[in-house]
Amino acid sequence: MAIEQDEIEKIAELARIRIAPDQIGQVTQRITEILHMVDQLQAVDTSNVEPMANPLDATQRLRPDAVTESNQREAFQAIAPAVENGLYLVPKVIE
Amino acid sequence: MHDKSVAQLIAGLQAGQFSSAELTRCFLDRIGELDSAYNSFISVDEGAAMAAAAGADERIAAGNASPLTGIPIAQKDIFCTRGMRTSCGSRMLDNFIPPYNATLIERFNRDGAIMLGKTNMDEFAMGSSNENSFYGPARNPWDTDLVPGGSSGGSAAAVAALLAPAATGTDTGGSIRQPAAFCGITGLKPTYGRVSRLGMVAFASSLDQAGPMAHTAEDCALLLNSMAGHDPLDSTSSESATEDYCAQLEKSLQGLRIGLPREYFGEGLDTATARCIEQALKELEAQGASLVEVSLPHSHLTIPTYYVIAPAEASTNLSRFDGVRYGHRCEDPTDLHDLYTRTREEGFGDEVKRRILVGTYALSAGYYDAYYKKAQQVRRLIKQDFLDCFEHVDVIAGPTTPGPAFALGAKSDDPVAMYLEDVYTLAVNLAGLPGMSIPAGLVDGKPIGLQLIGQHFGEARLLNVAHQFQQATDWHQQRPAGLTGGNA
Repeated sequence: MAIEQDEIEKIAELARIRIAPDQIGQVTQRITEILHMVDQLQAVDTSNVEPMANPLDATQRLRPDAVTESNQREAFQAIAPAVENGLYLVPKVIE
Repeated sequence: MHDKSVAQLIAGLQAGQFSSAELTRCFLDRIGELDSAYNSFISVDEGAAMAAAAGADERIAAGNASPLTGIPIAQKDIFCTRGMRTSCGSRMLDNFIPPYNATLIERFNRDGAIMLGKTNMDEFAMGSSNENSFYGPARNPWDTDLVPGGSSGGSAAAVAALLAPAATGTDTGGSIRQPAAFCGITGLKPTYGRVSRLGMVAFASSLDQAGPMAHTAEDCALLLNSMAGHDPLDSTSSESATEDYCAQLEKSLQGLRIGLPREYFGEGLDTATARCIEQALKELEAQGASLVEVSLPHSHLTIPTYYVIAPAEASTNLSRFDGVRYGHRCEDPTDLHDLYTRTREEGFGDEVKRRILVGTYALSAGYYDAYYKKAQQVRRLIKQDFLDCFEHVDVIAGPTTPGPAFALGAKSDDPVAMYLEDVYTLAVNLAGLPGMSIPAGLVDGKPIGLQLIGQHFGEARLLNVAHQFQQATDWHQQRPAGLTGGNA
């Protein structure tokens, strides 16, 4: 399937990745090549085949709803780009 | 000391021939002197390693050592190490110092193994050449103009260059087996869920699996004994019982049935590589194994299936890198949207961005059924091919790669050509099976790997076959020219 440049721009926006204007053409071409390779799948008859999400068809294990970890906020925030009073700082969202 | 197997080093430590401190110093010195040629390590903490070695020597003296106590091991820089940078080969995590250890690291610490350092890798384990590392490519010790393979290329190069007696890797589509093949070492990707994924930076969660890389199958078994086992903190960790992976090594191969998928010996396989593999299979036959032709009819679909599922899972996993809680953040963001998009533009390399975009596309409204669901259905067909084969054979064998290591830069501009490198390894991850690569010959001085594929949780049998092969051959003892070998 061919993919248009504006579609790549839309996907990049969904993925929250900025693509520099001078690179968008090359990115579009590379992704077109990958999608072209992937398109072989469309020819396969998969009617009545159950999709497989886990190679062992394992189901999600449940655990008791118990506290097992202590609060380590300071250790976790020590590696954050910007924190203040125990909060993560980001640019102003609401004017 | 540096050219001994892990098993030999264990014997030497226990007999008091040398201490862990001497052993660790020896490898740290080699890394310091020689690694500029290979770039196989991203981080080394000599002080921490020597302190751990001193602790191991006390433990050995006190008589409460585990087999790996005092043994130096290189860790792929994908495993979180408390207090030590874990970059995953990415600018995004160049400043990331984890506040916790991966379960795998905890297990090696429990057993007294010494972490020599963190090894180079393709960014977020996405690549087959190690050229996608933010820290520059690792190089193949057999010829530094060649790639070491990827994504665990630093681990493979470190072991091949005798900078570490063993290392860990992770394998999502061949990332242990392909670099093991290119660097002439032994590597094992266990069954999905056998080794905990907690603290292993996630790439594609239904495919990722950690495993050992070393000179011999016996060494891989010794490492797996430490690594394998249920982890309640990893929801996909298997609860099935582990075993002593060394216990079956000496078993005879008499009566073993080896399946040879005809799809793995056809078009695309380099003829000199094919000859090495055929020679290796003759050796197994001489030991009493029978060779049976089998078929994996959906083999031609493994690359397209993988390159939907792996990017889809990657796009989800890598959405966590937002420049807010840890890792890279762009300078002077104007608003939250700018913070996210520029942080991710700057923090991720080209291949990682491509896979995130492909994955986002495959999961987006209107395309989900045509791509992601379709790939999950074909994935089941691929797994069923293997289950059908295992009705008739005990293990499957073939080449690990279509040919020997290629030159740096040869494929770095063509993602699809690079993806073809993993044509024989991807299906093993899609099916969740254990797979190994063992040295099986040289083509023009470049190592060739024989791939062995086992049944789910059949690691002990695979290691047995590999060990018996290594009792009768010396490919695993060949060393790159220029490295001192023998009894050094």
